[in-house]
Amino acid sequence: MNEILKLDHVTMQFGGLTAVNDFNNHVREGEILGLIGPNGAGKTTVFNVVTGVYYPTKGKVLFNGLDITSLKPHHITHVGISRTFQNIRLFQDMTVLDNVMVAQHHEIATKDAEKYLVKIGKSKYGANSTWFWRSVFKLGYLRREKEMKDKALNILEKLGLRKLAAEKASSLPYGEQRLLEIARALATDAKLLLLDEPAAGMNPSESQQLVQLIKWIRDEFKVTIFIIEHDMKVVMGLCERILVMDYGVLIAEGTPDEIQENKKVIEAYLGEEWSHVAE
Amino acid sequence: MPMKLSNRTNFILTVALVFFVWLLLFFINGHMNTYMIRIVSLIGIYGVMAVSLTLINGITGIFSLGHSGFIALGAYTSALLTMSIHQKEVTFILDKVAWPFNSVQLPFLPATIIGGIVAAVFSFLIGWPSLRLSGDYLAIATLGFSEIIRILALNLRSITNGALGLKSIPQYTNVWWSWTWLLITVLFVGSLVNSSFGRALKAIREDRVAAASMGINIFKHQLLSFVIGGFFAGISGSLYAHWLTTIDPRTTSIGVMLTFNVLIMIVIGGLGSISGAIIGAGLFAILTEWLRFLEEPMKIFSFEFSGIAGLRMLVFSAMFVMVMIFWPRGIMGRKELTWNTLYSKLRRGSGESNE
Repeated sequence: MNEILKLDHVTMQFGGLTAVNDFNNHVREGEILGLIGPNGAGKTTVFNVVTGVYYPTKGKVLFNGLDITSLKPHHITHVGISRTFQNIRLFQDMTVLDNVMVAQHHEIATKDAEKYLVKIGKSKYGANSTWFWRSVFKLGYLRREKEMKDKALNILEKLGLRKLAAEKASSLPYGEQRLLEIARALATDAKLLLLDEPAAGMNPSESQQLVQLIKWIRDEFKVTIFIIEHDMKVVMGLCERILVMDYGVLIAEGTPDEIQENKKVIEAYLGEEWSHVAE
Repeated sequence: MPMKLSNRTNFILTVALVFFVWLLLFFINGHMNTYMIRIVSLIGIYGVMAVSLTLINGITGIFSLGHSGFIALGAYTSALLTMSIHQKEVTFILDKVAWPFNSVQLPFLPATIIGGIVAAVFSFLIGWPSLRLSGDYLAIATLGFSEIIRILALNLRSITNGALGLKSIPQYTNVWWSWTWLLITVLFVGSLVNSSFGRALKAIREDRVAAASMGINIFKHQLLSFVIGGFFAGISGSLYAHWLTTIDPRTTSIGVMLTFNVLIMIVIGGLGSISGAIIGAGLFAILTEWLRFLEEPMKIFSFEFSGIAGLRMLVFSAMFVMVMIFWPRGIMGRKELTWNTLYSKLRRGSGESNE
């Protein structure tokens, strides 16, 4: 399979602390890849490097073979990578529909990353600066607005949030807020979704539903999914391949079965002196 | 029955409202005394100021305290352009008036637009460095810049006539000018807020990190909002100058005090609501005028009190505190007064609703 995302020997240092040390791996197109590890292992830092929040100290990030290391977060989204957050970050005071519609704004407003899009054959929006005036004076804008709205409603429909479209995001129950974050990420037209602990705070039956849902999303929207998760049931039930990090270092890689057997992983989670008990 | 009105009904009602307001203005202009007419024009001017600051502070969430700087820029620029060349020679006694103002005189409309453009250019120049900050730091930076503009006005004597200020500015601002500009401002800002760009600005207000990761260029969008707000602040400054007929660089006229007054308007009205901003502007203009009776000498139980200057601002502050206690998010909050909200209120009121 084709490598959609490649982290090429990425190192991220904050002063004396090395949060990510020589991370060298890739995400294959269409797979569901898990990234696990104890707290503070550097998992979210990997996501932040990929999404342009941090510029890595060393190494490169390649998306479809193109170097995106130096792109800003909003360009990363425009290129086709979108994420959710560990602690929910919805636009609380906006409606559910507006939350999903705003994720499409980059299609008409971001134009600096166009050269990357041309290379990967995704340049179809024709973002340009005239859209501002066209939206204020409503010159051909209302049709575009309707397209955005239809697309947003379509995504909400598929995720079962359609009936809540007019509600404020803050009034949604926790599980549905998580779902809305995924809906919003999908609305950016992303090819690669980075999910940061989507099952956090869910009860076992909710997280089992989430597993089914994420698999379904992968097939329905034809996306690749890179997921950080602490809930082992979710990770083992969902991922086709798992990467394990500890203290910023990638210590293991393999299928869920291989990871469960891996001695290093058990050590990382339980500590060396307890690892024999687990065996 | 649907709880929402169709777009066409909305449009017709809006046009009818504008028509009605214009009829009302026509009546006021014809049948009321000059004092009332001046207050009605002032409401329009304050409305432009409040709506422009609402775009920056309420919608985009940029805590800017530099609004009076842009108002002052628009006021000085347009006043210098509309004053007759002779009048300028008479007024400028400290220094000769500098080119190009010593040789031009323009009608009110182009002067106002140029005033707006000058303010927009300066808001770009100020926004470019300071919008890299956020929160309190940005507030201090913008406050500082507006103070710099005031100090420049105090010292660039060949352009601004220094501390003496500009006098005998033609009194062009009437009810029509101020309310037409208010209409234009509301249409422009309202249209912007209800578009994809408006959604992006609100998203930045709600959560910067999430907005960036949804593909919104935060700096560019904030700058956009800042410059548009600056433009309309310049317009309001021009209207204000031609309403007051005299401007000078004191903090109490078009200095920091004015920023805080506009801030009071939008906070009373509801931070983030255009209709709230206009309600706040109206209340502010009416209350500050009406409360003037407090400063006049009065007689209570045969005791004579001489007028206390500034008492009305004290009472006004108390009222402001009361509003904040009972409506912590202002009168409108972040909601807009739309036909739909009125319609659903009416239906609920008459008990017809089956929801």
